[in-house]
Amino acid sequence: MNIHEYQAKDILRKYGVAVPRGKVAFTPEEAEAAAKELGGNVFVVKAQIHAGGRGKAGGVKLAKSPEEVKEIAAKMIGSKLVTHQTGPQGKEVRRVLVEEGVDIVRELYLGIVLDRSKSQLVIMASTEGGVEIEKVAAENPDAIFKEYVAPDIGLQPFQARRIAFRLGLEGAQVKNAVKFIIGLYRAFVESDASLAEINPLVVTGSGEVLALDAKMNFDDNALYRHPDIAEMRDLHEEDPLEVEASKYHLNYIKLDGNVGCMVNGAGLAMATMDIIKLAGGMPANFLDVGGGASVETVRNGFKIILSDPNVKAILVNIFGGIVRCDRVAKGIIEAAQTVDINVPLVIRLAGTNAEEAAELLKNSGMNFEVASTLEEAARKVVSLIQ
Amino acid sequence: MSIIVDEHSRVVVQGITGKEGSFHAQQMMDYGTNVVAGVTPGKGGQKFNDTVPVFNTVEEAVKETGANVSVIFVPPAFAPDAIYEAADAGVETIVCITEGIPALDMLNVYNHLQHTDSRLIGPNCPGVISPGKCKVGIMPGFIHREGTVGVISRSGTLTYEAVDQITRLGMGQSTCIGIGGDPIIGTRFIDALKLFKDDDQTEAVVLIGEIGGTAEEEAAAWIKENFNKPVVAFIAGQTAPPGKRMGHAGAIITGGKGTAAEKMKALREAGITVVESPAVIGQTVKDVLGK
Repeated sequence: MNIHEYQAKDILRKYGVAVPRGKVAFTPEEAEAAAKELGGNVFVVKAQIHAGGRGKAGGVKLAKSPEEVKEIAAKMIGSKLVTHQTGPQGKEVRRVLVEEGVDIVRELYLGIVLDRSKSQLVIMASTEGGVEIEKVAAENPDAIFKEYVAPDIGLQPFQARRIAFRLGLEGAQVKNAVKFIIGLYRAFVESDASLAEINPLVVTGSGEVLALDAKMNFDDNALYRHPDIAEMRDLHEEDPLEVEASKYHLNYIKLDGNVGCMVNGAGLAMATMDIIKLAGGMPANFLDVGGGASVETVRNGFKIILSDPNVKAILVNIFGGIVRCDRVAKGIIEAAQTVDINVPLVIRLAGTNAEEAAELLKNSGMNFEVASTLEEAARKVVSLIQ
Repeated sequence: MSIIVDEHSRVVVQGITGKEGSFHAQQMMDYGTNVVAGVTPGKGGQKFNDTVPVFNTVEEAVKETGANVSVIFVPPAFAPDAIYEAADAGVETIVCITEGIPALDMLNVYNHLQHTDSRLIGPNCPGVISPGKCKVGIMPGFIHREGTVGVISRSGTLTYEAVDQITRLGMGQSTCIGIGGDPIIGTRFIDALKLFKDDDQTEAVVLIGEIGGTAEEEAAAWIKENFNKPVVAFIAGQTAPPGKRMGHAGAIITGGKGTAAEKMKALREAGITVVESPAVIGQTVKDVLGK
């Protein structure tokens, strides 16, 4: 799960990680009030959307007075921000973060991720802040330092010091950075994050070490023990169809093609998308209805797929293992009677009782195309839209 | 021979009185698996389906029945504890079916198991089957047939698809291992490949990967240096967009890394036969085996 920058900063503050003072605002008036409360004469207004590249796209603006903050917020809120991560359609800005201006001396990078091949958390730091870390990794890999964390003892202070010194920090900056790094690590572990990225991490004129920006992602599997974080989910940032599907406990991801697919199992669902493309079509979605493929999930699956106006045909691919195909077929027939399926439907049921299932589908009196192999199914569904 | 499980496996089912556990315990027994014990804390002394003794602890189950393989069907919040308990009892092979265990829990589990003699398969996996000998997991037994092809996969139903193709073409499998779809898993491609390397029964290996992580690239490098049986590989998610988790917790392209294209390239460069279509896995195995 993703959250907004201001939410990540709220979490970090609780762990003693230094962040600029600031407040979220949903209206221009709230933004002005936030600026007045902060005081001072330099403010930053930051659009809060779940995408990077906001600065370049005009989503981060400086203001000299609370009135100017209000003006900027009025323009930002309700506008669409298009960054290299949002796609051409952009994302609507619904809230802004108003922060105090910061006297930046250096811009650095700090991140924590799970290193899957080492099965350890790794802290990454770089002297090249404000740049995408992938870009640094590709162009100047030597500028990135890594500290692996042994899970049984956790991050040790010497490791945080080593990062600070490698970043070229000195004097009070080192102490501040160590406190920052240890706090960030604790925030990561105690909130079951899957990613924490501070880019840029800034050093100020007075030697403070601050998170100028903050990005945190969380492990969906662990949200059950973090109800406070689960509550931060912003449904406006997600595709409406994906939100709808999640209400039915369906694993649905919208794609750009026109062949809808319904499959049991995530690996087979991806493989089905792949074979549709090989057959000359483009998948409209990823949809895993789970191992069981009950009438209920099949019906909801059809509803979600058909809510996408781009869908011109649907391929159902179910490998019945423990679940019997004849039961799945009955479920599909039942679902098709209650949902208006107005596009061609190709069904491939393989595994347990596949022959009986094919008979049921053929004799249902409904307009199903039945396929026996994966290849045949893909070919058929693509030919139906061409 | 086959690997990991065989006719000598004595299986304890953790969570045997639950819905999933009881259903699949019976399915495994129907397949011929030697299910010797079940464990559900507080239900010790009962019998599962009038035949299998249920114990309060894995330790007791191992002591009383000589169980050497455990299969775990407990909810994600309790699964790490179940794995620790099985390892503590000295179970050689722990198969964790449970989906949805937090990654940071698995980080601790994985690292703890490095200090034990237990092998973990999964979590979030269909399990392991050595056809004709032993099935430990939730896969449909009937699509399998004893034979010479080893299968290693991060997926469930996609593995059944591949196995079904192999069986229908008249071949069979030595052992099929679902290693699981999570970012942190107990047994990785390379661990399974090492076992297949020394297994006389295995003549070729099918490797089914998917987007996310670098396990396939690491396997490719290892195969190039160490493995001389033919390998056929398929990578699911060639059309998957970046930044989206495709069902499995581990199936996500992040920071431009973990794409199917990269994995397929690495595998090809290691001399592995990579198929683009999931429909031709079986036929390609047949071709490389010259059968």
